Amino acid sequence: MEKNTKKIHPGSGRRNALTFNKGRQTDDQSINELKNLIPSDYFRQRDMLIECLHLIQDSYKCLKPKYLSALAELTNLPLTEIYETASFYAHFDIFKDDDVNPAEVTIRVCDSLTCEMYGCQSLQKDLTDSFKNDESIRVVRAPCMGRCHQAPVVEVGKRHLTKANLSKVKELISSNETKPIIPAYTDYQSYIKSGGYSLLKECLDNKKKPMDLIEEMEKSGLRGLGGAGFPTGKKWRFVRAESQPRLMAINGDEGEPGTFKDHHYLTRDPHRFLEGMLIAAWVVEATDVYIYMRDEYPDVIKFLKKEIKILEENNLNIKTRIHLRRGAGAYICGEESSMLESLEGKRGLPRHKPPFPSQVGLFGRPTLIHNIETVFWVREILEKGAVWFNSHGLNNRSGLRTFSVSGRIKNPGIKLAPAGITIRQLIDEYCGGMQDNHSFKAYLPGGASGGILPASMDNVPLDFDTLQEHGCFIGSAAIVVLSDQDKMGDIAKNLMFFFHDESCGQCTPCRNGTEKALKLMNQKSWDVELLKELSSAMMDASICGLGQAAPNPMLSVIKHFPNEVTN
Amino acid sequence: MSEKIKFKIDGKEFLADPQESIWDVAKKNDIDIPHLCYSPEPGYRADGNCRACMVEIKGERTLAASCIRKPTEGMEVTVNSSRAEKSRSMVFELLVSDQPEKEKSPDPDSKFWNWSEKMGVSASRFPSKDKIEIDRSHKAMSVNLDACINCNLCVRACREVQVNDVIGMAYRGSTAKVIFDLDDPMGESTCVACGECVQACPTGALMESSLVNHEGTRVNYADKVVESVCPYCGVGCQTEVSVKDEKIIKVDGKNGPANENRLCVKGRFGFDYINHDGRITKPLVRKKDSPKQWDIRIDDKNIYDHFEETTWENALDIAANGLNKTLEEEGPKGLAGFGSAKCSNEEAYLFQKLVRVGFGSNNVDHCTRLCHASSVAALFEGLKSGAVSAPFNAATVADCIIVIGARPTENHPVAATYLKRASKRGSKLIVMDPRKQGLTKYADHHLQFKPGTDVAMLNAMLHTIVEEKLYDEQYVQGQTEGFEQLKESIKDFSPEKMESICGIDANTLKDVARIYAKSEKSIIFWGMGVSQHVHGTDNARCLIALALSTGQVGREGTGLHPLRGQNNVQGASDAGLIPWMYPDYLVVDGEVNQNSYEKFWNKKMDPKRGLTVVEIINAIHDDQIKSMYIMGENPAMSDPDQEHARKALAKLDHLVVQDIFLTETAWFADVVLPSSAHAEKTGTYTNTNRTVQMGRQVVSPPGDARQDWWITQAIAQRMGLDWSYLHPRDVFKEMCQIMESLKNITWERLENENAITYPCEAPDSSGSEYIFRESFPTANGRGKIVPARLIPPAELPDDDFPLILTTGRLLEHWHTGSMTRRATVLDHIEPEAIVSMNRWDMKRMDIDAGDHVHVKTKRGSIVIKVRSDKEIPEGMVFIPFCFAEAAANVLTNPQLDPYGKIPEFKFSAANVEKVSSAIN
Repeated sequence: MEKNTKKIHPGSGRRNALTFNKGRQTDDQSINELKNLIPSDYFRQRDMLIECLHLIQDSYKCLKPKYLSALAELTNLPLTEIYETASFYAHFDIFKDDDVNPAEVTIRVCDSLTCEMYGCQSLQKDLTDSFKNDESIRVVRAPCMGRCHQAPVVEVGKRHLTKANLSKVKELISSNETKPIIPAYTDYQSYIKSGGYSLLKECLDNKKKPMDLIEEMEKSGLRGLGGAGFPTGKKWRFVRAESQPRLMAINGDEGEPGTFKDHHYLTRDPHRFLEGMLIAAWVVEATDVYIYMRDEYPDVIKFLKKEIKILEENNLNIKTRIHLRRGAGAYICGEESSMLESLEGKRGLPRHKPPFPSQVGLFGRPTLIHNIETVFWVREILEKGAVWFNSHGLNNRSGLRTFSVSGRIKNPGIKLAPAGITIRQLIDEYCGGMQDNHSFKAYLPGGASGGILPASMDNVPLDFDTLQEHGCFIGSAAIVVLSDQDKMGDIAKNLMFFFHDESCGQCTPCRNGTEKALKLMNQKSWDVELLKELSSAMMDASICGLGQAAPNPMLSVIKHFPNEVTN
Repeated sequence: MSEKIKFKIDGKEFLADPQESIWDVAKKNDIDIPHLCYSPEPGYRADGNCRACMVEIKGERTLAASCIRKPTEGMEVTVNSSRAEKSRSMVFELLVSDQPEKEKSPDPDSKFWNWSEKMGVSASRFPSKDKIEIDRSHKAMSVNLDACINCNLCVRACREVQVNDVIGMAYRGSTAKVIFDLDDPMGESTCVACGECVQACPTGALMESSLVNHEGTRVNYADKVVESVCPYCGVGCQTEVSVKDEKIIKVDGKNGPANENRLCVKGRFGFDYINHDGRITKPLVRKKDSPKQWDIRIDDKNIYDHFEETTWENALDIAANGLNKTLEEEGPKGLAGFGSAKCSNEEAYLFQKLVRVGFGSNNVDHCTRLCHASSVAALFEGLKSGAVSAPFNAATVADCIIVIGARPTENHPVAATYLKRASKRGSKLIVMDPRKQGLTKYADHHLQFKPGTDVAMLNAMLHTIVEEKLYDEQYVQGQTEGFEQLKESIKDFSPEKMESICGIDANTLKDVARIYAKSEKSIIFWGMGVSQHVHGTDNARCLIALALSTGQVGREGTGLHPLRGQNNVQGASDAGLIPWMYPDYLVVDGEVNQNSYEKFWNKKMDPKRGLTVVEIINAIHDDQIKSMYIMGENPAMSDPDQEHARKALAKLDHLVVQDIFLTETAWFADVVLPSSAHAEKTGTYTNTNRTVQMGRQVVSPPGDARQDWWITQAIAQRMGLDWSYLHPRDVFKEMCQIMESLKNITWERLENENAITYPCEAPDSSGSEYIFRESFPTANGRGKIVPARLIPPAELPDDDFPLILTTGRLLEHWHTGSMTRRATVLDHIEPEAIVSMNRWDMKRMDIDAGDHVHVKTKRGSIVIKVRSDKEIPEGMVFIPFCFAEAAANVLTNPQLDPYGKIPEFKFSAANVEKVSSAIN
């Protein structure tokens, strides 16, 4: 109809032209707000995207499209790349422009295994009910917060509440205490007084030889304590042989459910970690070191920032610039190559190997990647010697191992014990035995991905390489002790839900496999044959360890507790 | 030769090149490994995410994706182990579980279903996911993520192959999904509808809407697929055109040398203009009582008020009689012809031959006059060749790329992909354009200089090159002349002095000069922004001086490339649609050339140069030209100062128009001859890279429409010429006899090979991408540097006309819009006339986006809707010249560049005023 009333070209008239350029428009106000909020040099660095998003999220409690558009304009990044990153991480909340304003306070309830064992489900329900009429508060679930020995854990704003209950949360809310508590750690002065940084200084003054340190580390047999267990000295040797410039990255994304050792060490003796890190960086001549710290540890981020500044003021980082970066809630970023992607400001998708990060790592440069605890040991091993470290050990294993123990024991927590210790020794000699009314039924030797062993297998030495034959691995040495009060099917479902929730979605076996496995496990009785078939493909064909290990707990339950695979 | 890698697949030994994956080697040796996320097409990186191609490698704990894994010496790969097969099947079963049923899926004939059938996995034991709504927000494509397998090919298509950066993969895990911008509906995103994603999608999750029914299931399948070439810009993309029931149903990109499977929105979705109601299918003669008023408007509906249908015999007689009558009464000078850069080489050749042999003059021209005439003038003056020295694909290996006065993301979108890819690879991209544009985001420098100050800016760069001795001494001495004069004349143009003139600070000018001069390989691309000025030739002279002084020409990755606007502008010029040149650029006023063509055509030649496009219009006003034959051109739209041009056309005693639509020019015709569209005929076309390509007939012309070469021949025959060509191949054969440039190129070769670049040194060579390697085709073999001085635009802004008006194209519309505005998808995206304005100017004038305004210049005034455009600088307005209802060329200045005779389309002083009452 409209066609005939308009005197126009024969080829036109069915529609009105856009009155702006294609796509979303940016508004000046949002641009100006972001310019005030974000340091201008962030806009020019692609790798600072996550930091930019953090600043927006922290300030507005959510990410609205108008700010994402403005950020795209300021950073000269495509809208879609910003959205990809923003939507990948759990700690960013994407809203619509006309959505009601977000809640002032977010309460995150940890639902990882130990917390579930300690009643997080009912706690979350209580919290939701109790705040349902309060628009300034929202309650959401969240994965492991790294405080499993004090389960259940809740995060109110940035304040973590351990052994949480409804009244504790209410108390915090009413007193408006949502900032992290800074622990009483060994500060720079005290660390120096006890001889700290003298080893680093010797290195910087060239009183040490890099190759000597490499040899000593090789002798000590220290292996990567993030879980993969790659020999530390060898890693140094490899990276040092690559072309310059070389970089270093610290993996502080301690996300494996049940693991809390890095948090433990950092909150007590952060400079021991920093010194070890700088020594390693000196050995491989890394120009820059990037510390990737999980956002679940806001306390650590806060004081590390301060302590790094002190290091800089004391010229201890003259050979290596230190960059502290915040994760944003993604378990997968504990996988080293995903962490590199995340450090570059992207979605945390694992990279294909080869090439390995020691050859092509951060920003395409050879990169030395270490877990926090690994470098935490560097000073002590170099000071006391490889022989000292190797003098520890049980059951024909050598070295020391930091176990994060949680679950049904009397004294959960960090247990520094000889490598090769058995679960029985650990429970009895380090954890005060089982809790009253709980009898030992099974245990997770290596967090969510390390599989599950029955109590009958309580004599297996806990160390690298000793568990493979049982379909398990020690990983980050996160031990969760289960009792007769735990239903194995539920345990496996909790863990499969975790993997499904944290899968990056890159490859089919993991993305679809975890989703389908969870659906099958929620059916009345498990289709064991199909689950096994699916597991083989996930283990064989997933790109990274997440998908490859995701079936482990499920398979363990099928194998050791075949009577518990019904709902 | 790099060393081969010896390894085994299923126990058999194979050799791999270092860049080959296991999959590549397997494929080469007929070992079929399923693949979904991997596309072996050019530009697609292996991503290894779908895991459909898993193989077993001896000694490795897990399986490996064969598409991304490279063999190493001694590696033992097993494809056919049951472990690997089970994994691959499981991947398919997982994917099948979330797919719609095959029969109801978007494309039951997709790569995905074909593979799953081959693997025998058509059902799944797994529970499926929830349904996702179809996104139908885009006119051309429907998005059905129900069928998406997250293979990421569309993301790579959009981001890495075409570099449009619209599609992404957001969220994570099983919620991961393909998004547009900020998870916006496709039709509301910044999508430019290149359709690369649709072509890449292995499941049909992204589909051409033209192929699917309301439920989103494919119902249209091709009866035949014809290999051809795109009808639009000068890039020359090869196409695969799918036809069903004599109608085109889709167009895919083919792996031609210029496009490597890529297309843009026009080439992929702009095909249905040939089915538009407005096609003329019968010859028309003007009714006796239809006056030729200059401001007449005839549309597809009132056509029979002015014209009546007739037979071909009658129409051709009337057409030829009118021409013959003028010839008798006025002699050759009373006639003129406009050929077209849209028609084929054969048609262009025949047309100019008709004018030269039949009309007896050189009054033949075409729209290159309005495009690159000044560039060609400067190139001829300096290098004795108007062609590009290097293909645009040279950007792939260039270290520094300058793009000046060109907006390739709109006008040469597929060429732009090469520039954007080069920038992503790390080449320095320097864009010079008063307006921001699609390349700005990818540029290391964007010099937003003041309009019309090109020479000041470029001379400042030359000054730096001379001052800092960045020139290539050896090259200058060995290969060029005129450098000393340049040195002398450039003294007055220091960057410090020029910065206030061109608006770019001296340091940036110096920086850019250094990057260009010091880079190992630098190349310059330019477009109408350089040429369509009264100083267009001078602008081009500066660019030539830059290249010659620094030796950035004649080597791989270097050169001078004026981007050609129309599909056959290069070919039409080569074929002699130029008033002072025979085919192959032989000037008409040289005795040798005259003799050779007189001999070849067996007819006395007019030794005088003919008139150009704008001069012909003026000559009509001066009562000199009385009759015209116009084939496929639309001067009533494309010429500057439209009123002046239309008054001329209306004044003609006799006008023959040959076209597929009743164009604005045809409104003034005595006879309109219905011809065939590009897809309805066979012929060769020469793209901006000097590549001659075969365009094939895909469908039959509608009704009684005829092929252009046939019509031109029929007129020639009625003017006493004994032509008897039976097919375009006969014409091409004749061209090959006289045109040196076509040496070693034959019709048969083109039929077999589709594309050959000239000059072509051997019958089995695909031709030379680079020219001027050793020397220039000038008399002494040297390239001549010609200094340029500052000439201001012909008309500067003043109090009455305070704004600068510039004109050009939109991505979706091509040239005068006669084709694209009748293409459904293109019309849907850009349906009406708009003027682009800067928002601060709008604020000052109290104009809102969407308001209507009067835009006035000294020539005239139009009413047009306002678009608030981020790319426009303050003080400037932009109007695309494709909209007849608010034609930019009512406003433009017909002042000509003295050398190239090209009008100043890019600069007029204008005034904008808000229309007080609303217009609907």
